[in-house]
Amino acid sequence: MLKRLRENKSAQGTLLALPTTLWLFVLLIIPLFLTLIVSFGKRSPDGNVIFTFTLDNYIRLIGFSSDCAAGQATCFDPLYLQILWRSLTLAFNTTVLVILLAYPLAYFIARAEPKKRSTYLFMVLIPLWTNFVIRVYAWMMLLRKEGAINIIIGTVAHWLGFNFVPFEMLYTPGAVLVGMVYEFLPFMILPIYTSLEKIDNSLYEAAADLGANAVRTFTKVTLPLSMPGVVAGTILVFIPVMGTFIVSDILGGKQVILVGNLIQRQFLDARDPTFGSAASLILMALTLIVTYFYTRKFGFGEEIVAA
Amino acid sequence: MNPHRRAPLVRLAAVLVYIFLYAPIVGLILYSFNASRTNVTFEGFITAFSSSVQMDGSLVTASPCGPFHWYCDLAKNNDVMGAAGNTLTIAITATIISTIIGTMAAIALQRYDFKMKPFSQLALYVPIVIPEIVMGIGVLTLFSQLFTWLNTTLDLTGSARLSLGIATVTISHIAFMIPFVTLVVQARLQGFDKSYEEAAMDLGANEWTTFRRVTLPMILPGVLSGGLLAFTLSLDDFVITFFTSGPGSTTLPIYVYGLLRRIITPQVNALSTVWILVVFLAVLALQVLQNRESKDRA
Repeated sequence: MLKRLRENKSAQGTLLALPTTLWLFVLLIIPLFLTLIVSFGKRSPDGNVIFTFTLDNYIRLIGFSSDCAAGQATCFDPLYLQILWRSLTLAFNTTVLVILLAYPLAYFIARAEPKKRSTYLFMVLIPLWTNFVIRVYAWMMLLRKEGAINIIIGTVAHWLGFNFVPFEMLYTPGAVLVGMVYEFLPFMILPIYTSLEKIDNSLYEAAADLGANAVRTFTKVTLPLSMPGVVAGTILVFIPVMGTFIVSDILGGKQVILVGNLIQRQFLDARDPTFGSAASLILMALTLIVTYFYTRKFGFGEEIVAA
Repeated sequence: MNPHRRAPLVRLAAVLVYIFLYAPIVGLILYSFNASRTNVTFEGFITAFSSSVQMDGSLVTASPCGPFHWYCDLAKNNDVMGAAGNTLTIAITATIISTIIGTMAAIALQRYDFKMKPFSQLALYVPIVIPEIVMGIGVLTLFSQLFTWLNTTLDLTGSARLSLGIATVTISHIAFMIPFVTLVVQARLQGFDKSYEEAAMDLGANEWTTFRRVTLPMILPGVLSGGLLAFTLSLDDFVITFFTSGPGSTTLPIYVYGLLRRIITPQVNALSTVWILVVFLAVLALQVLQNRESKDRA
């Protein structure tokens, strides 16, 4: 038996990969199928799942109530569609802002002297690895009425002779946007840096020799060659922003409800796992569709592994 | 033309982005020395070093720990220490298991051909493309359905009943950590020629000796940095832990999240500061490892 295994390379490979494959199968693939099955189920009065086949949860998500007579005008309630739309637009806005902030820094690091590069990169890694919850808390302290931002604006206004009344910045859509941008910025800097760093210096020299100015060099050389990094970064930012619930929970209070909050509540407070499962499958479908079309358009680089 | 010449505008933008990245962290650290108990406003630093503790109203005027009052408070907080213990237990166990089986998978995927290979490779990318919350509620559903079924069929009662706890958190952490270990080790293996291993085999070494004497030393830096990455991810995880932990298995991120929804004292800042320091050292270690690795290759 052992001797046969020693000669059979294919069996050796299977055995080596078996624990990982099994683990991922049981804890990733099976749960996904289970979520699908549960999403077609019904909630029992005590908040458990009754396994059956009904599309009620999905119908509820697109705004219709299942126990509602056809043609009734008050039946349609776009609440959940609004939540989905809010999450999509927030993810889109966050991604755009993050690209605008990350690009100059990534460019700066990539064009720095090689010796300084690792220090600059290290400075990006520290905020990245600081705990997500702690970083939300930091913004909570900055944004509140008595927080540092209000104090700084107040001081500057005082110097200039203006009267400034501190106001609550917390629990607004803006606070959630700032928090999201802050949380996910490093995930964009790293892949863009990786693709910028690969660009050969001779390309810049060639562009200069051929008479291209700085703007033309950027639009014709730098930007196209760094697109794989931007694409990888977009995936690393867009997908998690769509599903995060802590930022909106802490910085948005009850004012900003996203898909993540909706799902979380179904599994905790509201206790309707069937509806939560349907919502999370819609979330997954949305992110997969966006990712698919986006990567098909712009290609999919190895930069994603770099981060 | 100097290749490292940068437009001053780029430099200015870079400085501003760095300020944006660090201002919240610096603020957080400063407030950990706040004399105010409620931490709403900054009431100055706790300065007086004195053995007697006088607390007038909401201000800490003096503390035996001096400016580190909140840090001493933290050390005395059993909930924090318990959560820190849980976090470490989970991270260490999950790192050992995920590093071992993740490395095995990387070797299999890089050096062997087998039927299951495309499926294994595909499964590794699942955690990257699906939102973490979807994974979180998936494992929650798996565990709760499984436990309900087992508890009723085996008729388990009292403390024998299966419920969410440290074990379920650890098992779930391993699932999302494996892909990171495997991808890092795979990248390391790609850089090495198969011929080293083949030469060892030609010289009469068996598979195990070849692995121990040739493959493992070559990939060790990759295994270590993959493991360290997995360890940090586990320490840091909020979403998966949120859905898979029970009453007795609170980790630090879950604990802090709970605090943020109630009253906040500068203790949270002290905790955050210690944590940031630990992360700083971990990232530094990872960086040193990777630098050594790139020197190895050069």
